[in-house]
Amino acid sequence: MPRSEPPVVEQAAEAHEDVTPLLPELVEYLRQHRTQLRKEWVRRITDAQLLRVMTPEEIFSEVTAVYDNYVDTLETGSVQTLQDYARDLSERIIPRGVETHEVLGIVLLLRDVLARSLFVKYQDDSNLLNRILDAYEPAANRIAVTVGVSFVEERERVIREQQEAIRELSTPVLQVRDRLLILPIIGVLDSQRARQLMEQLLAAIQTNRAKVVVIDITGVATIDIDVANHLVQTVEASRLMGASAIITGLSSKIAQTLVDLGVDLGMMKTVGDLQGGLEEAERLIVKAKARDSAGEPA
Amino acid sequence: MSVAIVRQGDYLIASVQSDLSDSEVLRLRDDLVDRVGRLRLRGIIVDVGALDVIDSFVARSLRSIAVTARMRGALTVVVGIQPDVAIAMVQFRLNLEPLQTALDLDEALAVLDRAGHWEGEDGG
Repeated sequence: MPRSEPPVVEQAAEAHEDVTPLLPELVEYLRQHRTQLRKEWVRRITDAQLLRVMTPEEIFSEVTAVYDNYVDTLETGSVQTLQDYARDLSERIIPRGVETHEVLGIVLLLRDVLARSLFVKYQDDSNLLNRILDAYEPAANRIAVTVGVSFVEERERVIREQQEAIRELSTPVLQVRDRLLILPIIGVLDSQRARQLMEQLLAAIQTNRAKVVVIDITGVATIDIDVANHLVQTVEASRLMGASAIITGLSSKIAQTLVDLGVDLGMMKTVGDLQGGLEEAERLIVKAKARDSAGEPA
Repeated sequence: MSVAIVRQGDYLIASVQSDLSDSEVLRLRDDLVDRVGRLRLRGIIVDVGALDVIDSFVARSLRSIAVTARMRGALTVVVGIQPDVAIAMVQFRLNLEPLQTALDLDEALAVLDRAGHWEGEDGG
């Protein structure tokens, strides 16, 4: 095996040396035929019914920009500008519902359009055609990958941002009255969010000097063992800090799940609904106050 | 020793100023339990607000303070557990049962006063 390797390396190096001077020629050719190739590309995009959410004018102007960036990238070998442009483009088109397959589709179409025009131009000289394609293909593939990856990365960034926003939005800790907090939980509880809730609640207990907290999970559809444990931990941690926690709004499904999971709720005070929970909380607070103000033993 | 112990009426207030070594924890326990009996006190408040960590040894010692002091007629309340400390404790499954906890000193004094009244009522 080691013996067969060196020739391959040499060949590659040779090919590399060969194609380098051809790139400027290729770039020159693509610049000269810019109008015609661009038109052909737009036609193929429309035929393939890609980017249907965009108007023909928009497609044309984006296509022009991508084409120029594409040729520049072929010339300089640096994908930086194209990458920035692709990010920027993705940012604009993602909210309009452009899909990943469309973006990949149009980039691959451009690759095909250009390759086909090269075939036509160099059809008489198959040797030269091969060398031109050697120069063109790796660069074109790299560009396709760059654009595709930029699009997907941008999409993932948007998703991450939205997840964070949802997380922030959905965990308010509300003070109802002096020393009484409510924590209404809505949506899907995962471990990370449950943990974040616990931290927020404990911090709120400290700042508001809360005596009782009502954790309402009416808006939670399902629960798993990790989240159940987080809830138990939240109740225990609240108690360590000197506040009692009441859990309200356990749906019958969740109650069933908790029983099936064998979660020990013995330590937790649970009340059917939020109203009942608040009444219970009031009772606890009033009781404490009454005892405080009951000066002498009866 | 980094624990300030002051007497307030029928209660002892022990403020832990910094993380304690194991031997300091034991000394604190012996000291508190001894004073409770000697001075005929009704309650102990241990303020752990300055602690960044409450490990199993400290938790057990706090429990043992509570149990021994109880036998000598005093109730123990732990106050000022920080949110991070509380989270760490529940994650390591440390609990302070049957210890009372309270948010701050005011709250702890109220808890002790309350316990006094109820006992008075029960007795009378």
